[in-house]
Amino acid sequence: MSAPARRPYWNPYLGGIALGVVLFLSFIITGHGLGASGGISRVMAALVQSVAPNHVDLTYDWAVMAGGGRHPLDHWLVFAIVGTAAGGFASGALAGRLKLETFRGPSISPSTRWFFAFLGGAIVGWAARMARGCTSGQALSGGAVLSVGSWVFMFSVFAGGYALSVLVRRLWN
Amino acid sequence: MWPMQLSGSMLINGVAFAIAFGFGFVLERSGFGDSRRLAAQFYFHEQRVLKVMFTAIITAMLLLFWSAALGLVDFDRIYVNETHLGPAIVGGLALGSGFIIGGYCPGTSLVSAATGKIDGAFFVGGVAFGVWVFSEFYDSVRAFFEHSGDMGRLQIFDLLGVDPGVTVVLAVLMAVGMFFGAERLERAFKGRRPKGYES
Repeated sequence: MSAPARRPYWNPYLGGIALGVVLFLSFIITGHGLGASGGISRVMAALVQSVAPNHVDLTYDWAVMAGGGRHPLDHWLVFAIVGTAAGGFASGALAGRLKLETFRGPSISPSTRWFFAFLGGAIVGWAARMARGCTSGQALSGGAVLSVGSWVFMFSVFAGGYALSVLVRRLWN
Repeated sequence: MWPMQLSGSMLINGVAFAIAFGFGFVLERSGFGDSRRLAAQFYFHEQRVLKVMFTAIITAMLLLFWSAALGLVDFDRIYVNETHLGPAIVGGLALGSGFIIGGYCPGTSLVSAATGKIDGAFFVGGVAFGVWVFSEFYDSVRAFFEHSGDMGRLQIFDLLGVDPGVTVVLAVLMAVGMFFGAERLERAFKGRRPKGYES
C-alpha cells in the first residue's frame, strides 16, 4: 500500500509573500507582529505556578508573568502558539503531510536525532528569551519595521548557524 | 487610521489565534515543518529559509511603509522591538547555534510537531526547558539582559540619519541581491544533497 501523495511545497517566494501579508495584517490589526517563544514561556510559567506558587511570587522573571495570582495563560501570545499549531496542522492535513515520523539526516538514528532536537531546542529557548524574541517575534516582526536590534539579531542568527554548521555536518548529511 | 484599537481579552486573544493560524498555515506550506529543509540553509543546497524570510520581511515592510506614507497607518502606534545590542548579539548567536543543532526555531517546531513530526515535538520540549532555565536563573544574566547596549526604540533610518524610504529601498536591493546569490548557491550545491533528500 502506498501512502497518499504529498502535495509539493509552495514556491518559496510565493510563501514569503503570503507570510509577509500575514505579518502586515498582524501589524495593522493588532499594532504588533507575530510571536512564538513568548507563548511557550507563559505555558511554562503556568506549569511552575501550579506546582510551586510561592516560588513564582519570589522569582522575579516568573513573577512578571504569573506572580500574585496573575493568569499567565490569559495573554495573546498563548493563543498565538495554539493558532500556529492549528494552522500548521490544517495545512499538513490538506496536503497529505500528517504522519508520525522523524526528519533526520541519513547518517544518524531517530533517537540520536531526538536527543539533538531537544538539546537544540533548549539552547533556542534560552536564546529566544535572551534576545527578547525568536525568529518570529524578533527577526520577522522587528525586521519588517526596520528595528536596529532585530536586524543585528537576524544576522547574528545566521552567523551562529553557519559557524556551527561545519561542526555538526554529520547530523544532516 | 490603522492599527485598530482592539479591546477586551476575548477579542484580542481571538484575533491573535486567527492571525497565528494563517502564520502556521503558511509556515507549513513553505516547507518549514521539515527540519532537513531548514538545516539545508546552512549547507547551501536549499535556500528556502533565506528566500521565505527575506521575501516576507520586504513584503510586510513595503506594505507598512507605503500605508504609512499614504497616511493610512500611524507608525507611532506600531510596535518596534526595542534595541538591546548585547542581548541581540548573544541571543542571536546562541539561537543560530541551537537552530543548526536542533533543526527548528520555536514557531517552525510547533508546526512540525502539529503535523506529527517527532523531532519537532522533542524540539518544542527543549524550548520549554530552555525558557524555564532562563526564568529560573534570570538573576545570573539580569544586568546584561536589562542594560547592555540598551538603545530603546531605534530604527535603521534613525541610525543612518536618512529618510525611511531610502532604508526601505536599500533593504529591497539587499534582499534581491541575496536572492540572486541564493539561486546560484543552490545550483552549485545541488549535487551535494544528502541521500534521500526530497526536493
